[in-house]
Amino acid sequence: MTPEERPERENLADTGLSETPAERVSYLRAGHTLKSWLLTTDHKRIAILYLISITFFFFVGGVAAGLVRLDLLTPAGDLLSNEGYNRAFTLHGVIMVWFFLIPSIPNTFGNFLVPLMIGARDLAFPRLNLLSWYIFMLAGLFTLAVLILGGVDTGWTFYTPLSSMFAHGQVVLAATAVFIAGFSSILTGLNVIVTVHKLRCPGMTWGRLPLFVWSIYATSLILVLATPVLSITLALIAAERLFGLGVFDPALGGDPLLYQHLFWFYSHPAVYIMVLPALGVVSELVAAAARKPIFGYAFVAGSSMAIAILGFFVWGHHMFVSGQSMYASAVFSFLSIAVAIPSGIKVYNWTATLYKGHISLDPPFLFAMAFIGLFVVGGLTGLILAMLAVDVHVHDTYFVVAHFHYIMVGGAVSAFFGALHFWWPKMFGRNYSLVWGRLSALLIFLGFNLTFFPQFLLGYLGMPRRYHVYPPEFQVLHVLSSAGAGILGLAYLMPFAYLLYALRYGPPAGDNPWGVTGLEWQTRSPPPKHNFETVPVVDGPPYDYHVEMEGHGDG
Amino acid sequence: MAERVHEPYSAPDQQREAEMMGMYIFLASETMLFSGLFLVALYLRLEHAPDVVAASRQMHYVIGAANTALLLTSSLLVALSVEAARQGRARPAVLATAILLGLGFLALKAVEYRMEYAEGILPLPGAAREFPSPARHAFMNLYLIATTLHAVHLSIGIGLLATLAVRLLRGTLPLPERSIVMMNAGLYWHLVDVIWIFLYPVFYLAR
Repeated sequence: MTPEERPERENLADTGLSETPAERVSYLRAGHTLKSWLLTTDHKRIAILYLISITFFFFVGGVAAGLVRLDLLTPAGDLLSNEGYNRAFTLHGVIMVWFFLIPSIPNTFGNFLVPLMIGARDLAFPRLNLLSWYIFMLAGLFTLAVLILGGVDTGWTFYTPLSSMFAHGQVVLAATAVFIAGFSSILTGLNVIVTVHKLRCPGMTWGRLPLFVWSIYATSLILVLATPVLSITLALIAAERLFGLGVFDPALGGDPLLYQHLFWFYSHPAVYIMVLPALGVVSELVAAAARKPIFGYAFVAGSSMAIAILGFFVWGHHMFVSGQSMYASAVFSFLSIAVAIPSGIKVYNWTATLYKGHISLDPPFLFAMAFIGLFVVGGLTGLILAMLAVDVHVHDTYFVVAHFHYIMVGGAVSAFFGALHFWWPKMFGRNYSLVWGRLSALLIFLGFNLTFFPQFLLGYLGMPRRYHVYPPEFQVLHVLSSAGAGILGLAYLMPFAYLLYALRYGPPAGDNPWGVTGLEWQTRSPPPKHNFETVPVVDGPPYDYHVEMEGHGDG
Repeated sequence: MAERVHEPYSAPDQQREAEMMGMYIFLASETMLFSGLFLVALYLRLEHAPDVVAASRQMHYVIGAANTALLLTSSLLVALSVEAARQGRARPAVLATAILLGLGFLALKAVEYRMEYAEGILPLPGAAREFPSPARHAFMNLYLIATTLHAVHLSIGIGLLATLAVRLLRGTLPLPERSIVMMNAGLYWHLVDVIWIFLYPVFYLAR
């Protein structure tokens, strides 16, 4: 008969676990067989599985982007056929959105860090966590099937009636892939929400949660509530294509605009699924780099929740020129502009945090700075697009393309790399070359701007998106953009080299290489299988750095 | 027998609360899944009100009502089982009756589909159908999709209850310690029931 409570709640030294010495040393050493990875329920190992899978998809999506940019070097469509070009940008969009950006930070760093940051041993449902990885991989197989069987040409938005009645590609397969990936999202979001509610260690109150946890929590709410709407919408498209059960078909009195409403009800919040975790990462990186408590903690945490909630009510700004009601457009325009308030709060508070901080120019901080700069440009151009009159002019042009790439690639991907550089020593226990890290941060920033800034100009001058034949006067800007894409591609490859090199040859990192606060830095690098030797107890606010006050000089 | 506490938890009540919260979040997600269909129904109703009313008049509302009664009764039995499980004395026979009622729902639904098919108003693929107006066709498309999706959910619920009934028979479900399993299955069953309570008026009584 086992005792009712194991471990005893009163005795914090009692971990209630019978660990092997290897498990106590590191989660990486707790089993070396393939089975010990593929059947693991350890959130840290599942995070690594996700990291490997999404890196693969990032590469595939990047190749598609490379094809698009190569084709755009000349005004004639000479590299790809019209159909081939449509398939290339559709695959780029579908893979980058659903198989890289959405799972990127939440499923890798969220998985790895949330339990560590709140002092838990694992996520609330470890087996469900593993299941969601398998579901993700099943969806990935469908995506590869789409690739092999000839692709899909509807654009990542699957707009009807093109997708339901006219497109020739593998629409149903692609929709199935996204549909299945959605369940992975939902289960991960559910897992995180329950974990944050139920598994915080003693003393970890809501007001002491690290800002990264707040942002992943806000993201999870969107994952759980928005994703099913996409699922049913894609199911309706599949029903129309496979069985002729049309509900969007205009010939039956259905309305393609209804499809757009349903699609964007998910897909606009999805933008915040991609960027909210990035905002959380940057909050961590900024506080760590400045070695100061984050300025206005409650406002930064609250703004994550505000963005998550507001994000549900702005979808109509994708449809300003669709013929929807003028009054609806006005309301959507107003609400979209309102999103700038919580976003602005974050940027101002990061700046205030950095003010008079002892800033170290390490790679994570450089990525965070790149993020802030690019996020501000992307955010401000978002405001321009939210204005009804201006949007009519630049709708469906490269201006929009540049805007969302500044947020999702400049923002989310920079933050992803920042997180990778910040937590790499914790995940693998090895330090990487800081010089190469700084260099790649710089090159990614420069390459990114060279790729996408010309697209603002192109869009403003009237270059529509999704065309590969264009007037010759646009060529200079297109060549600049393609050249930037080349630099960006190489810069993205650099971290592969030196991070993988560090995995084997890097010097041991130590438990807290950056000298920062946070529970994840108090355990070993890499952490033991069960995260903590003793249940941690939190007795102070987060980011509790010692701040030197002016006039109270200690030296 | 003491309750087993699994990996990340330190106490049984913490584990139970987490499991129930997980189920509620999943149900919120399910609700959003069906909400897309209800939005389409609302759109059709607003844009094509006369067609929707005409299409709805052709539905066999008596069968729908009988099915509503079956599901509500099954929910009562499931609720009684949950209450009994919490007191440690759930009976597999009660669950089995709930399962039979669920199967009865599916059987009646099949009969109804068959009647509608014979009347030429069920838009099954392959069969050429003449509808008096396009919007009535769209309405029947939505009806078929929504009720099929509901039937799929109901079948999953039947599977869940059947698993529990077997575990009760074999005595592998320690009660009242693990009554949370029964509660979560019950919550799912009730949600499937509630979805039908909304589907029924939307498709059968919108006249």
